[in-house]
Amino acid sequence: MLAPGLYHILFISTALFFIGVYGFFTRRNLITILMSVELILNSVNLNFIAFNKYLWPDKLDGLFFTIFIIAIAAAEAAVAIAIIINLYRSHQSIDVENAEEMKY
Amino acid sequence: MNLTLLILIPLLTAIALLLVPNRHVKWLALAGASVQLILALALLVIYRNEVAAGNTAQVFFQQQYNWFPSWNISFHIGVDGISVAMILLTAFVVIAGVLVSWNVEKMTKEFYFLLLLLSFGAYGFFISLDLFVLFFFLEIAVIPKYLLIGIWGSGKKEYSANKLALMLMGGSALVLVGLLGVYFGSGQHTFDLLLLSKVSIPVKVQMICFPLLFVGFGVFTALFPFHTWVPDGHSSAPTAGSMFLAGISMKLGGYGCLRVATYMMPEGAKEYANIIIILSTIAILYGAFATMMQKDLKYINAYSSVSHCGFVLLGIGMLTKTAITGAVMQMVSHGLMTALFFAVIGMIYERTHTRQVDEMGGLLKKLPFITTVLFMVGFCSLGLPGLSGFVAEMTIFMGSWEHNNSFHRVATIAACMSIVVTAVYILRAISKTAMGPIKESYQHLTDATWNEKAAAIILLAGIIAIGVAPFWLQDLISPGAEIIMQKIQLVK
Amino acid sequence: MPNATYIALIPLLPLVAFLLLGLFGRKYFKQSAGIIATILMLASTLLALYTAYGYFFEYGKMEGVYQKLIPVKYTWLQFSETVSIDMGILLDPISAMMLVVVTFISLMVHIYSLGYMKGDERFATYYAFLGLFTFSMLGLVIASNIFQMYIFWELVGVSSFLLIGYYYDKPSAVAACKKAFIVTRFADLGFLIGILILSFYSGTLDFNTLIQRLTSPESSELSTALTSSFLGISALTWGMVLVFIGGAGKSAMFPLHIWLPDAMEGPTPVSALIHAATMVVAGVFLVARLFPVFALSAPGALSIVGYVGILSALIAAVIACTQTDIKRVLAFSTMSQIGFMMFALGVSKYGGEEGLGYTASMFHLFTHAMFKALLFLGAGAVIHYVHSNDMKDMGGLRKLLPITHITFLIACLAIAGVPPFAGFFSKEEILLAAYNHNPVIYYTALITSALTAFYMFRLYFSIFWNKEHNTICEEHGEGGFAMMMPLILLSIGAAAAGFIPFVNFVSSDGKVLPTEFHLQFSIAPVALGVAGIFFAMAMYKKPTAIPDKIAASLSGLYKAAYHKFYIDELYLFITKKVLFNLIGKPAAWFDKNIVDGLVNATGTGTQIISEKIKRMQSGKVQQYAIYFLVAVIGLAVLVIYGIM
Repeated sequence: MLAPGLYHILFISTALFFIGVYGFFTRRNLITILMSVELILNSVNLNFIAFNKYLWPDKLDGLFFTIFIIAIAAAEAAVAIAIIINLYRSHQSIDVENAEEMKY
Repeated sequence: MNLTLLILIPLLTAIALLLVPNRHVKWLALAGASVQLILALALLVIYRNEVAAGNTAQVFFQQQYNWFPSWNISFHIGVDGISVAMILLTAFVVIAGVLVSWNVEKMTKEFYFLLLLLSFGAYGFFISLDLFVLFFFLEIAVIPKYLLIGIWGSGKKEYSANKLALMLMGGSALVLVGLLGVYFGSGQHTFDLLLLSKVSIPVKVQMICFPLLFVGFGVFTALFPFHTWVPDGHSSAPTAGSMFLAGISMKLGGYGCLRVATYMMPEGAKEYANIIIILSTIAILYGAFATMMQKDLKYINAYSSVSHCGFVLLGIGMLTKTAITGAVMQMVSHGLMTALFFAVIGMIYERTHTRQVDEMGGLLKKLPFITTVLFMVGFCSLGLPGLSGFVAEMTIFMGSWEHNNSFHRVATIAACMSIVVTAVYILRAISKTAMGPIKESYQHLTDATWNEKAAAIILLAGIIAIGVAPFWLQDLISPGAEIIMQKIQLVK
Repeated sequence: MPNATYIALIPLLPLVAFLLLGLFGRKYFKQSAGIIATILMLASTLLALYTAYGYFFEYGKMEGVYQKLIPVKYTWLQFSETVSIDMGILLDPISAMMLVVVTFISLMVHIYSLGYMKGDERFATYYAFLGLFTFSMLGLVIASNIFQMYIFWELVGVSSFLLIGYYYDKPSAVAACKKAFIVTRFADLGFLIGILILSFYSGTLDFNTLIQRLTSPESSELSTALTSSFLGISALTWGMVLVFIGGAGKSAMFPLHIWLPDAMEGPTPVSALIHAATMVVAGVFLVARLFPVFALSAPGALSIVGYVGILSALIAAVIACTQTDIKRVLAFSTMSQIGFMMFALGVSKYGGEEGLGYTASMFHLFTHAMFKALLFLGAGAVIHYVHSNDMKDMGGLRKLLPITHITFLIACLAIAGVPPFAGFFSKEEILLAAYNHNPVIYYTALITSALTAFYMFRLYFSIFWNKEHNTICEEHGEGGFAMMMPLILLSIGAAAAGFIPFVNFVSSDGKVLPTEFHLQFSIAPVALGVAGIFFAMAMYKKPTAIPDKIAASLSGLYKAAYHKFYIDELYLFITKKVLFNLIGKPAAWFDKNIVDGLVNATGTGTQIISEKIKRMQSGKVQQYAIYFLVAVIGLAVLVIYGIM
């Protein structure tokens, strides 16, 4: 069986990152934007794991960082969803296009 | 004498004002201003005693506390004769300003708070020996003016308040850049004026920093062509606001030009002296001619301030001891005179509800006290001997004439010519206001109240004290001017 | 040397009157103001007489020469080690004489005003102003320092302004006081620059030192002042000419005379004091004070003094023949007589017999003060009686105002130069000095003195003879003792002052001037004067049509003279059209539109730019994210390729 190398994983995480970025920029729905952000975060997680495993297998820094990010992402999702709910209450919509009062 | 008292008293009065009930505000402010005046007079007496006792220090009553050690900024204060003169001026104007604002109904507490805050800034400015502290106080003295004009002003007050604040802020931005330039360029990494004055700042740095500082401070003192905030600002401000603006704020600039720019950078001053002379001569004549065409009393006085402050800059630009002494005298004299002028205009306006000279006439009949003061201040403005304006202008002329070349001669003669133009516009203004047949609608007017009389008498006392016996003021100023000149004379 | 303290009191007593009445007069001294001021003035006059007596007869002379004494001197303002403004007293023959003249005339006017201004609303203020003027004038004449003189010079200007504008609700008075102040101020500009030049070259402001340094041939100051030149004329001459411009303004010399006729808007006693006897001769006094410098070092400037003097004398005399306002006639006559004093100085030399013009000028100043004050006060009595200034409203008053009539006649005879009245002696000396030095000036002066006799007697006959006056004013008659006493005292002066042996006291170098009386020389001027009187008598003693016919036959000249040769109009044109429209208005416009416009343009420019770039702040969160991404990528590129 062909073991996956560092490059494979980096390829996947890069793909995941740009899919997330693409989603972030093109989606108008805040929930999907949030999901895209999660994708970006997870691509970073993948990078951390991969570098940790392939470059410094005897260290655990990458793993710690990943766990940290997962925890942050959970908290962030909670805050973001709270914001989204509030936004929905005030605007009857969760389309970012509709929430543009904070302009010039 | 403990100089911190000078800044603590106004600050504490200002804070106390916020805590007392409204009906006590005026009296508290008056009490605070009186204490300031007493302190300033005490400072004068103590200073003179020290000098008489043979103290020849450059700066008296120094105090120094660390403020921001990593940047070498310390709260360093002290006075010399020039600062004492300016402090006296401030104290006179402050108490007169408090007195003429007796009838301010709108937000009285805040009004007086801002007045006292402004005086706090002014005193701090005049006593600081650390350039950063000086800058700090300069900024404190600017902000209240914006609010004073914006809230209690009249006419197009928002426009004027913005213009004034923006132009003055622009000026102080230039000052800040210049100060930083000196801080780093001198290689000393200090803001201490006394330390900086002992080293010679590299000429290259001076060539850049001198104009920055001079123009920056010049904006405050109506350096042509940065004077346009003066007419609008003064005319929109409430009476006390105009008095503080013309009597104190414009003097901050003159003091800064002299004490900071010229004193620290004599090479720069020499290099740019001719430009200063040209600009100030233009300001003197041009301000005077522009005044001739004004119809609003406040505009008349504001444009005439441009002309008179031109004398201050001319005196500095001439770089002779006599002229510099004259420049400081002119600052004091003009401060008192123009504050009084605005006070009188305010008194007249409260009664006639107009400031247009064409609409008035014959007020001498009904307002003998106010118009007598108007005459006196007008005469002071046109340089009548016995009043302060004459002494200051003549000292500047004599100092300017010490240069023996046609450039300085022409500039001096041009500046002298303004005494005629000044006579024209002052007489025009006061004769239209005070003389001639009185209008039917002015028959019921009543003369000055006690507070107005007190304000006028205090300022007149200063004007006459200088005009009749100028030697005491000169004794006060000339040692300071001498020190500045010593630095300038070292320059080839 | 005298004990000086009391000399300082001479100017200070009127100052006390000014301060007392100015500060408290309206409240406490409404009635008694006149008495208080008069008593103080009397004390001052007695002190002045005492001082003059002491100076001339006791301590002034040393080895036959009158000294310039400085009994009092305080430093007022120190400019440098050597240059300072001092307040001091300089006692020499002319200042001692002027002390007497000023205090005496002022006292007369104080007394006269007790009657003339009685019941006036601002009685106390009036006396306060008189006190201020007297103080300033006395300070001027005793000045020991040229800048001290300038200071008091300005102060007399402002007192004159206040007194001309005394009737402040009359627009014409307001215009007149402004005009007087501004015209003299313009001249003072010359004086000021002159002082600057003189002080620069002499290195002092003190009169004695200045004169000494600028006259002694070996002084280095003099040679620098003579060698440095501007436009081919030496700096010293420039300085002296500029100083003279100041004097010409105050003394109403052509072409700076335009304020004097208008100044007659003030109360008549004021005109007598300020605009006839004292302030207007300040210019002559100034030239006399600096006379050694003029005569020895700047003869060019001195000849300008001479020609300006004679020109003013002639022009004023011609104009005076056509005016109908009696005070204006007197004003032009004053100008003409001051012209005499000026050209007398102009033709004089320094020292010895050549210096006759100097003595004559001072002598004429002295006698003129007497008879011209008398004329004005007499005119005041007439105006007080008929309530009009215009000759046409007068006539036949000789029986109604007997004392005024006699005293006025004495004054007219004095000014016309009829022996043995005062004017005869002083004018003879002037003419003699002119005859010896400059024939052009002499013959012009001869014509002018004939004209003087003519217009003075035109005035006299028009007021007291001519048509009969029928409205008899019963209310106050001639004006009471207070008004008559000064007239009588002054008429004694006008009649007898000529017998004072002036040459013994006042001369250009302080020595006694040896002169003898030339009878044959006096024939021409006296004959011309008498001819002028008879001519006036023929025309004006009875109402006839001759004057109108003559006026019609000379229509162009008469009209021009009547309109004062249109000089006022010229000035009006210059100030209104040139100064206001060509300088003032453009300056105001420039300020409003260009300078202020630039400031506003900065504001508007900032606004426009921010209007453009504010679109970036769209409120769309994804747009911000794109800016962010682009910036991150950009930075990443920079970092990776090592540019930063």
